[in-house]
Amino acid sequence: MINTLSPAAPPPSREPAPQVTAKSGAALHRPWWMPWLWCAPVIAAAVVFGVFPFVNTVLLSFTNAKPLGGPSGFVGLGNYTRLLGDAAFWSATWHSVLYALVVVPLMVILPLLLAVLVEKKIPFIGFFRSAFYTPVLASIIVAGFSWQWLLRDDGLINGALLATGLAGEPVPFLSDATLVLFGAMAMTVWKGLGWYMILYLAALGNVPKELHEAASVDGASAFHRFRHVTVPGVRPTMLLVGTLTAIGSLRVFTEVFALGGATGGPGGQARTLPFYIRDVGLDPVTGNAGFGAAASVALFLLTVGFTLLGQKISRGEGS
Amino acid sequence: MKAAIRLAGRYVLLLAVLAITVGPLLWQLSTALKGPGEDVYGDNASWWPRNLTFDNFVKIAESVPIASYMANSATIAALAIASNLVFASFGGYMMSRPGWRGRRAVFLLLVLAMMFPFESIMISLFLGIRDMGLVDTLAGAWLPGIAGAFNVLIMRAAFLAVPSEVEDAALMEGAGEWTRFRRIFLPSARGAMTVVAINSFIAAWDDFLWPLIVLRSEENLTLTLGLSRMSSSSFGVDDKLIMTGSMISVIPVVALFFLAQRWFYRGVASGAVKM
Repeated sequence: MINTLSPAAPPPSREPAPQVTAKSGAALHRPWWMPWLWCAPVIAAAVVFGVFPFVNTVLLSFTNAKPLGGPSGFVGLGNYTRLLGDAAFWSATWHSVLYALVVVPLMVILPLLLAVLVEKKIPFIGFFRSAFYTPVLASIIVAGFSWQWLLRDDGLINGALLATGLAGEPVPFLSDATLVLFGAMAMTVWKGLGWYMILYLAALGNVPKELHEAASVDGASAFHRFRHVTVPGVRPTMLLVGTLTAIGSLRVFTEVFALGGATGGPGGQARTLPFYIRDVGLDPVTGNAGFGAAASVALFLLTVGFTLLGQKISRGEGS
Repeated sequence: MKAAIRLAGRYVLLLAVLAITVGPLLWQLSTALKGPGEDVYGDNASWWPRNLTFDNFVKIAESVPIASYMANSATIAALAIASNLVFASFGGYMMSRPGWRGRRAVFLLLVLAMMFPFESIMISLFLGIRDMGLVDTLAGAWLPGIAGAFNVLIMRAAFLAVPSEVEDAALMEGAGEWTRFRRIFLPSARGAMTVVAINSFIAAWDDFLWPLIVLRSEENLTLTLGLSRMSSSSFGVDDKLIMTGSMISVIPVVALFFLAQRWFYRGVASGAVKM
């Protein structure tokens, strides 16, 4: 339903100014309830599967509701105090934040370089663009099989490390919790490259060609042109990509599942925040939906914090 | 001469990126086509199948109910494509039309709904699906993605971009709202509709966490769930069969994308993604 870093939901920019034309004549023939009828399914979906579940999550977080139903009671701030005292919660939160800290800079820069590489219309460029997009199309589980092959003890990367003597023995990419997390990050970047490349391509089309030409005439090197013409031209997109990938990183689940297994790495030591939420909140036997809801609120606040940070950065650079 | 060298350098870079992005998936294809006895991992594993065979696509059905996985994934994806196309077109169209009260409120409601990460509401969503009695049903796996707010905003942006002269001309001829929607607005939003269809298909077909939570029994598993369960099975499933299953999962998406890419890029270029 919702992918982590791929075609998910970016926050839309401001609403375009309403066009003032002769169209109001058409509106006169429209009963007041007609627009609501057209929008009813969309409104219902947004309320039933978006706004209400969130409100309910906040309410649940003050109870000890069970995932499979049964009696539940009000526990006040009990879930939150328990959450703040749980080392596993802090470890999961740290993993989610670390994920964002590593993935965001890579995801802001690498797809931009890729977009610059495929921007020029040379023969077969359409093929390359679409081919670079294929990892976006694969499910994370499927991508995980390939990355296991890359990262196994007898996998491609360890094979290369051993053959070149860079490592004396296989690096335990898949059996060390920290390395599993970094492997998942690499997979996230690999899978997201194509999607953000498309976003950047659209933005590059809006950078005035004259600026590049003027810079070339002035004898600026390719690097200088990239730094002083391209980057300022796509800065709003870079901030959008940064915010989107930050939120996506905080929410990461399936990549860690694909490489670290259902437990979330050996002994659950690579678990991220959504992993923690699922484990404490939805386990049919030991789960406590109320406690999981408190962790969910923490995840939401974390994403809000990163979004506000992104906006602050963009406002600071705009002035 | 210098330009030729630079162009050659560009192609070398393009090929290097091609190897990194597509290589890992091509390895799966190669593995899926390997015959019995061929190594999958390690020093003895070859890049190309030594005994090229399609037997694995038959054999996989003997070890897992792959047809049922595919049917379940296809059902959920078809429902998601249909519901998103229809509802996002209806809602996006009306939200793009000025002159009615509440238009802005609907827009803000959709933006609000997008602000809550799925992972932070999944517990509540599960309880809701449980109360509807839809746990372990395909409907339960489909419903939360019935009309993605992002898709609605894509359609809205596409309809906003329709020149008002075209609509005015239709109005002069006395075309009613439904006619204008069907004959003028929908045809001009084909690119955006492709983006919505592909987005919905990929989101449903590739989804993992929500089906993992809501689907339980073997006969309801989707392809991604089935593959994941297959790979973690303690019975030692042949990895060639897992890669075969992977290919069964990837090939439809890649095929659809390459068929629709012209419209897709047009939809992206027309501002569907930029908004």
